[in-house]
Amino acid sequence: MALYSSVIRDRFRRPRFHGMLERPDVTGEDVNPLCGDRVRIQARLADGRLTEARWSGDCCAISAAAADVLLELMAGQPAALARELTPASLLERLDADIRPSRMKCVALPLTVLQGALDGQEVAR
Amino acid sequence: MNMGDKTRRDFPILSRVVNGYPLAYLDSAASSQKPAQVIEAIQRYYETHHANVHRSIHTLGEEATELYESARDSVRAFIGARHREEIVFTRGTTEAINLVAQVIGRTLEPGDEIIVTEMEHHSNLIPWQMACRDHGAVIRAVPVLGDGYLDLDAYRRLLSARTKVVALAHVSNVLGTINPVAMMAEQAHQVGALVLADGAQSVPHLPLDVASLGVDFFAFSGHKMLGPTGIGVLYGRREVLGGLEPAWGGGEMIKEVWIDHAQWNDLPWRFEPGTPPIAGAVGLHAAIEYLGKLGMSQVSAHEQSLTAAAMEALARIPGVTLYGPRNPEMKGAVVAFNVEGIHPHDGAALLDQRGIAVRAGHHCAQPLMKRLGIAGTLRASFSVYSVAEDVARLADAVASLRSEL
Repeated sequence: MALYSSVIRDRFRRPRFHGMLERPDVTGEDVNPLCGDRVRIQARLADGRLTEARWSGDCCAISAAAADVLLELMAGQPAALARELTPASLLERLDADIRPSRMKCVALPLTVLQGALDGQEVAR
Repeated sequence: MNMGDKTRRDFPILSRVVNGYPLAYLDSAASSQKPAQVIEAIQRYYETHHANVHRSIHTLGEEATELYESARDSVRAFIGARHREEIVFTRGTTEAINLVAQVIGRTLEPGDEIIVTEMEHHSNLIPWQMACRDHGAVIRAVPVLGDGYLDLDAYRRLLSARTKVVALAHVSNVLGTINPVAMMAEQAHQVGALVLADGAQSVPHLPLDVASLGVDFFAFSGHKMLGPTGIGVLYGRREVLGGLEPAWGGGEMIKEVWIDHAQWNDLPWRFEPGTPPIAGAVGLHAAIEYLGKLGMSQVSAHEQSLTAAAMEALARIPGVTLYGPRNPEMKGAVVAFNVEGIHPHDGAALLDQRGIAVRAGHHCAQPLMKRLGIAGTLRASFSVYSVAEDVARLADAVASLRSEL
């Protein structure tokens, strides 16, 4: 398995959920201390479900791809599902051999979304 | 045969294969590799001479003390210090700077100023922030100009009677800029400030004479100069060091102790409480002998030619931005760069797939990254064992980065 799987390369080049929302119900943002990367996630909610979500930020291909598959997994799903997801759920989708030193890159979008859905903006 | 081809066989790790490729180790500025001479010196020490130093009245204790103190003499000669009392062993550059910041910090008063530069490694910034925070003093920073040099006019304007310390990198760990420390120290002394230079990136690469640099303190690490981890040096000018209180208490740093007070030991042991890194000092001594045999002028010339070749090759690749001075004579053995559209960590990971080890990220210099308006860079750095083939492989791999992601 490659470090940069075809899924990562594809999501990095052609992300499906990249961008900003005009009137998000929740916004989360955090920084990866390893590299200073920043990921922001905005979402709109209706009846406890994610109706629309977008990610943005200045980040590596792994974080970008992780954010993109995360928002795909969450599309139309109950917000509570975010709590049940783990970095392993994202790894499965990414189909990549991520080293321990880069696992923070995978985990960052997930902790950002979880923080946003907890109703509190995570520390900047 | 050039230096790299000759020395490589001394470095066992360079025969490693990484991800199916022979290792091209271009991360020596983070930590250099070790020649067999250093590894064997440490092993010999543990196998035949080890005991605690200064206190053990037996043969091994005397041998260990002799080895430890002779390492101090070799450091003194290597950096051009006048007196052996000026050489304090620490765990590394970071500890040496913290030692000074803590001791000088206690003498700071509200309104006093510490001058640093925007290109400092966090290890020459955070200790001063902490000292200022604890004593109401203020940090001022010399700006870095677009070409990677310090704004020396701004520096002169920052200096005043309030300036207590000027703390600056001798060589930037990102830009490679060799700062005009001697001139800056002279100007600092005119306003009565003390000067500390962070030599972590200069001692391994340049001929050095601290006495003529004119600094009061000079800090560096063993592991970046072919020596082991866990040993570093604080040079302190005798007249300054002698007037300072110890940073930390413990055994060895005292002459006589009562239950409620103590009399401090002489220099340099006053600043070396506890059992020191003896094996580290032995390894550092071996590293200095190794570098001494090569000759630091030759080391510097060898690395400069690789730095020049790397800058030239990388600059030709579309999408590559280089940071820092473009004149290799004004630079240490580092080349920081970015490839458009490629995050430095992705770049480093892809290079690693080809057995090429480079550093990526903010290089513990976040204020500099903010100044440059970037999150991080890739950085290739060189040492005595680096060869032209390393540079060629780097340039080849960098040229194809954008097609790989």
